[in-house]
Amino acid sequence: MKTDKFKDGLPDPSALRDEMLEKYPTKVAKKRAKSMVINDPAEQQEVQANVRTIPGIITQRGCTYAGCKGVILGPTRNVVNITHGPIGCGFYSWLTRRNQTHTDSDMEENYIQYCFSTDMQDSNIVFGGENKLKDAIREAYDLFKPEYIAVFATCPVGLIGDDVMRVAQDMTQELGIEVIGFACEGYKGVSQSAGHHIANNNIFSQFVGTLEPKREGKYRINMLGEYNIGGDAFEIERILDKLDITLVSTFSGNSTVEQFRSAHTADLSCVMCHRSINYIADMLEIKYGIPWIKVNFIGAESTAKSLRKIAQYFDDPELTAKVEEVIAEEMPEVEAARAKAFAKTEGKLAMLFVGGSRAHHYQDLFRELGMKTVSAGYEFAHRDDYEGRDVIPTIKIDADSRNIPELDIEKDEELYRERLDAERKAKLESEGFFREYDGMMVEMDKNALVIDDISHWESEKLIEFYKPDVFCAGIKEKYIVQKMGIPMKQLHSYDYGGPYAGFKGAINFYQDIEVMVSANVWKMISAPWEKEPELVGRVGTEVEYA
Amino acid sequence: MYLRHTPKEIKERSALTINPAKTCQPIGAMYAALGFNGTLPHSHGSQGCCSYHRSTLSRHFKEPIMAATSSFTEGSAVFGGQSNLLQAIDTIFSVYEPEIIAVHSTCLSETIGDDLNQIIQKAKDDGKIPAGKYVVHANTPSYVGSHITGFANMISGFVKSFSEHTGEKKDQLNVISGWVEPSDMREIKRIAAMMGVKIVLFPDTSDVMDAPQLGHFTMYPKGGTTIEEMKSTGDSRFTLGLGSWATTDAAIKLEKKCKVNFDILDLPIGIRATDAFVNALSVYGAVSVPQEIIDERGRLMDMLTDMYKYLHGKRVALWGDPDQLIPLTQFLVDLDMKPVYIVSGTPGPEFDTRMKEILGEKVPEAKFRNGAQADMFLMHQWIKNEPVDLLIGNTYGKFIERDENTPFLRFGFPILDRVGHSYFPYVGYNGAIRMVEKMLNLFLDKYDRECTEDKAELVM
Repeated sequence: MKTDKFKDGLPDPSALRDEMLEKYPTKVAKKRAKSMVINDPAEQQEVQANVRTIPGIITQRGCTYAGCKGVILGPTRNVVNITHGPIGCGFYSWLTRRNQTHTDSDMEENYIQYCFSTDMQDSNIVFGGENKLKDAIREAYDLFKPEYIAVFATCPVGLIGDDVMRVAQDMTQELGIEVIGFACEGYKGVSQSAGHHIANNNIFSQFVGTLEPKREGKYRINMLGEYNIGGDAFEIERILDKLDITLVSTFSGNSTVEQFRSAHTADLSCVMCHRSINYIADMLEIKYGIPWIKVNFIGAESTAKSLRKIAQYFDDPELTAKVEEVIAEEMPEVEAARAKAFAKTEGKLAMLFVGGSRAHHYQDLFRELGMKTVSAGYEFAHRDDYEGRDVIPTIKIDADSRNIPELDIEKDEELYRERLDAERKAKLESEGFFREYDGMMVEMDKNALVIDDISHWESEKLIEFYKPDVFCAGIKEKYIVQKMGIPMKQLHSYDYGGPYAGFKGAINFYQDIEVMVSANVWKMISAPWEKEPELVGRVGTEVEYA
Repeated sequence: MYLRHTPKEIKERSALTINPAKTCQPIGAMYAALGFNGTLPHSHGSQGCCSYHRSTLSRHFKEPIMAATSSFTEGSAVFGGQSNLLQAIDTIFSVYEPEIIAVHSTCLSETIGDDLNQIIQKAKDDGKIPAGKYVVHANTPSYVGSHITGFANMISGFVKSFSEHTGEKKDQLNVISGWVEPSDMREIKRIAAMMGVKIVLFPDTSDVMDAPQLGHFTMYPKGGTTIEEMKSTGDSRFTLGLGSWATTDAAIKLEKKCKVNFDILDLPIGIRATDAFVNALSVYGAVSVPQEIIDERGRLMDMLTDMYKYLHGKRVALWGDPDQLIPLTQFLVDLDMKPVYIVSGTPGPEFDTRMKEILGEKVPEAKFRNGAQADMFLMHQWIKNEPVDLLIGNTYGKFIERDENTPFLRFGFPILDRVGHSYFPYVGYNGAIRMVEKMLNLFLDKYDRECTEDKAELVM
């Protein structure tokens, strides 16, 4: 059923925005106003992002630990991840992010199913927990003999003076394996984003460049910011395999530490989630000479575009032809699924409030379904993810950002290698081929409402106003939105569907959205007698549902 | 193999917990607070705590879990979280308009020593708490006890804030619920109603954590113990606490504050514990047990006398919370089953005493342990040494189920991958029927699926 709501353009949501702000105490309203922008793609608009959440506002954001242990290190299978803290942090991050991983046999290391914690007690808080942490590392080593152990600090750890970094160094010495520390206390940043940064920085400085793998394959790439939710990485790997593109490393979906250690040997870095990892792409370029491009494997068209871009970089007619061949091979099935779903999805409205990239990338898939994104925002992104990388030099570094140590990266004289000849590189540079990302807003319609770190109150008002057909966010919003009678798609866990990346992923997504916008149960929420009170007592009446 | 690194050989650990059978206090405080009408739980700590608890509770109940956070930053961690909490209280009452904000602390705010009492007093003095609205609190340091401790502490917080002794006794009993599902709380109320005993159940998450889909979102669903009901608990005849870990502290506080005597019973899981609950309602409510209840019990006993042979001697591994494990273990022993391995991360010496009483003679081979390193990894190692026929516990058992090809009954918290627990109770006689049905189906389905064709039968 075609709704064609807003087919002549989105309405001006100024009144809605005012209504949202009106309810807040004055100071809160003033602050929130800067994070709520009525989009005009023709203008360069500033969105306040990556700033502290106002206490009490009901945010969906998580913490630094969640970003570090849960998001970045979670999907790497051959590390024993020990949470140093009270039991909760380790417990809640135990398999709750949907990282899948593949091993060829039961002999291969895979600790993803396990939760390891020092389960700090009050005596550890009073007298310090370093000894317990050391013992825990020794016990883990004795039991599993892993090559890598990672240690994550939780909120109380730094405050009581436990130094996980020092413990990690000491234990590396003692055990002769790599023990890596992450000082990712939950309060350190304003969101998970700080944790991504702490995780990536340490992985970069401790691991990258420490292993020289056999150089196989003509086209060697790193995939940065792909976390293998619901098997996304498997689908991307399937496509790359078909193209004989060698995936040297993925940060960090379906990954091993050896992949991180070899990342410096790739010839191109492809950045999926700009937010969580663009700085690592920069570092890989500065230190090892690996150029990077922004890619997006969410959406069939975007996948095709990204593959063409990779082919353009390698500039090898064989690869270029192969890419076209694979796209031609994959697209008919995609097109058929899209056309089938399109009949039900065209003209419908979507909203996305999720992640640091997903709220942007998934708009491509909705576009392919003929759906309009009326409002969107990120949970933990920075201004460049909204406005594009051009604004990076103008972003104010506040006290919270300063908490995250910036690495001072220099060219590695031994391992640095120019990947392209100077002339070609200059040409591609001049075309804006590398390091380009224009952010979410330029691709959104005029009058779309862009809201950073949306509060519960704001999303409630938003849904009331637009009555979207699909709302995309995370588990905390899931059942709230659905109680409003609106189908809700989790874009962290995909509601245990997926993959959604690549060609096969696009097909899955089309099918899932088609099911959501057409499912019968949504139409049966109201009982027939609510609309037809005279029905009471009549026998044999046909009932109709909305 | 999912859990491919779990060795058969058991080495004693003193520092490392692997695959815990507990979580931390604040989530319990949040769940308990949701059982009070018009209440918004508030987590005084980093954002991650609130986010993790809301996520876990959302996945378990498949319901909106509304809660706010003080959003600590490094500055608050160093200088204290007072200004965060004051601003939170102001924002919450302006925007979300709850009747009650139920603040719980976290390891962070406890470590830095934030004084919730003093901060809430300041909020009051500064006029940030509107007339007729309340801010209650509980101290829930994550490094003490478990989620059950936090649940208990928040109930005590409500008793401290609301229970009033007017001197005029009310013809009602208090029933303090241990950590169970909204379906179980609904069932407890149904049993009391059948008995003809007026009770005040608190907390009560029915009609909150099992709210109907009516096409509109209600931030504060109609369920939950009301302020009026909580106030009246000080005038009740008697208090029954269901589950020693979760309810003893609140029962004592209520007795001290309002002179209401109490008794602590097991959660009414299985025959004996339900008998004890029904008996207590009869004694303290001064009513006789009605035929309806006798019939309900009779239907359970009928099922058991028909089907006991399929249960007899089956070896079971259990993990979860002491308040649930103790009556459940008793129930299994009553069915001549063998609960051989039992772990709970929740500490407390009563666990050992009770388990010894229940298992000592009947299942002398049983291994049970609670507190430090009493985790699912240890339990799995026990299983690897001598297998079991059935696993009963939360969702994290699914990997052992698959690796060991052992039937698995989801029970406890959290259940992240199935529904039903919020709708169908395990307490009471009907709850026991449900549990026996589930166990039987698991055993019989496995037999039907795996037996050789020549042994396949139509009738069991």
